[in-house]
Amino acid sequence: MSTPTSTGDGPRLRVESATIGYDKRVISEGLSAAIPDKSFTVIIGPNACGKSTLLRGLSRLLKPSAGRVVLDGADINSFKTKEVAKRVGLLPQTSVAPDGITVADLVARGRYPHQGFMRQWTEDDERAVLRAMHQTSVTDLSGRAVDELSGGQRQRVWVAMALAQHTGIMLLDEPTTFLDITHQIELMELFTDLHHVGHTLVAVLHDLNHAARYATHLIAMKEGRIVAEGAPEQVVTAELVEEVFGLRCLVVPDPVAGTPQVVPLGRDRTPRFEVESGSRG
Amino acid sequence: MSTSFTHARATQTAPGERVDFGRRVLVVRRRGIAVRLEWRSVLVCAALALAAAGMAVLALMTGSYRLGPDQVLSALAGGETGLVHDIVVEWRLPRVAAALVFGAALGASGAVLQSLLRNPLADPGIIGFTQGSYTGALIVILVVNGTYWQLVGGALLGGMATALAVYVLAYKQGVQGFRLIVVGIGVSAMLESLNIWLVLKADLEQAMAAAAWGAGSLNGVSWDQVAIGGAAITVLLLLAGLLSRPMRQMELGDDAAASQGVRVAPARLWLIVVGVALTATVTAASGPIVFISLVAPQIARRLARTARIALAPAAFVGALLCLAADYIAQHLAPTPLPVGVVTVVLGGGYLGWLLFTEARRRL
Repeated sequence: MSTPTSTGDGPRLRVESATIGYDKRVISEGLSAAIPDKSFTVIIGPNACGKSTLLRGLSRLLKPSAGRVVLDGADINSFKTKEVAKRVGLLPQTSVAPDGITVADLVARGRYPHQGFMRQWTEDDERAVLRAMHQTSVTDLSGRAVDELSGGQRQRVWVAMALAQHTGIMLLDEPTTFLDITHQIELMELFTDLHHVGHTLVAVLHDLNHAARYATHLIAMKEGRIVAEGAPEQVVTAELVEEVFGLRCLVVPDPVAGTPQVVPLGRDRTPRFEVESGSRG
Repeated sequence: MSTSFTHARATQTAPGERVDFGRRVLVVRRRGIAVRLEWRSVLVCAALALAAAGMAVLALMTGSYRLGPDQVLSALAGGETGLVHDIVVEWRLPRVAAALVFGAALGASGAVLQSLLRNPLADPGIIGFTQGSYTGALIVILVVNGTYWQLVGGALLGGMATALAVYVLAYKQGVQGFRLIVVGIGVSAMLESLNIWLVLKADLEQAMAAAAWGAGSLNGVSWDQVAIGGAAITVLLLLAGLLSRPMRQMELGDDAAASQGVRVAPARLWLIVVGVALTATVTAASGPIVFISLVAPQIARRLARTARIALAPAAFVGALLCLAADYIAQHLAPTPLPVGVVTVVLGGGYLGWLLFTEARRRL
């Protein structure tokens, strides 16, 4: 295999006509997608549309049976496992925190790709862990046991672990799913802050309004295909929501952020007020 | 858009600031080495080593010919000749060394398998590997009527073959811990009945030899056996040490470990091979000494209060437990017993407690 080199052209992470699936069950065929550098990309779509599968492909957890995933100009499978882990981080949907593990101990596990048998805890490791805990505001929880924390705090600790891994690209698989709304917003704003300091983020989200408000780039998927991609203003339209989710809705400007907001019509409902955007289902 | 949480950009850390791990850590950084250990684990290991050394001296003193600690220590230092030297170095020391080395191997084996399968029930004696070793040995004793070294080979092969069979039967898009344990318990029950059938088919003398071996005893362990078993176990423990970092990452789940740079499938296979080989080596040399691999990692975890199942403390606890169990079996029981009988009694109590508390936690 050729040595992976970083090339100037094209986005760092992309999928080239890849077929991705589990064993013999194909989820996506001939899928092509690119993650714009320095973007906060959010993948949306109904359940089982292949969005998590795409994310697993991007993180090399799934190997395409045809086509390829390209990282920094080379096939992602031509890299050593640790080399990928230095460039792309992942916050998995389900992770297990060993009973009684402390916050700092868990965050420090994110340093694995930078460590070796003889070098298990260098100054760099210490700095990266401190920084990751600062960025996610869990420094004060440092010595606490992870299983004593609230859901929102715990999720921030997992983000800190992924941050300590020190990768330019971070993949987030449904990071807000089990949180209440306050903690969801808190986490989305943390991601926005990380995006502002230069991380490329790719998240799978269920909440369209969160996606439209915080993403800089949206990828909408249905039945394993990409239906639309682009800026939230272009992608989130009543037509697209109906096509992708089969939901009749209005799309109005979010009164706070000005980004598109999806208001479901539900059964037998018509809008009570005139809506300026005029795009109705 | 303002929430109470907006300081992610304040990323400066104070110079000289240290990570607070919630417990005292020992950081050593010099000459290309950089390690972090928990003080409590270091102290627990040291205390266990001292206790094991004390227990060893006691075991070397005790027997039909009683010796004082001074005689034992001087014999160990090479300062005795004649009878005292023979008793300590030739007769009693092989057995004590075997108990320590085999116990450490069993403790480490349990730690590897329990960490890997994320379940305190993941024990070679419960998921069939020990029974498989016994089957292998029985076939050598009863069918081939082989030599001691053939018996060792048979036990090793039996353990490995059982592990392979359990792994393959439990395989369904990868191997999941709980599934492997349930399959293992089933395989273990089948092998158990196969073993009984083999013994029943044998003639009396062979059956007695098989039963004696099957109880798990350090009786008549020779220096040769200790040396060869010890060498194999040393290599396996080193391998386990090398694998302990991926093993620790895999406790976070396969996806997290893989995305952090662990090659999960080969790492898991290697860990299973090392875990099984450690138990099989002991079983081959002494017969099945069960339950030490089940209890040692859990006792170690509670002593060291670590979140993970750590290898070194588990090995130290295993060594101390095995030596203590053998001491009880030889000197405190009304009649000298195989050490396996004592560990069954101690471990059985623990297993009952474990099942009871686990069941209560899940209801």
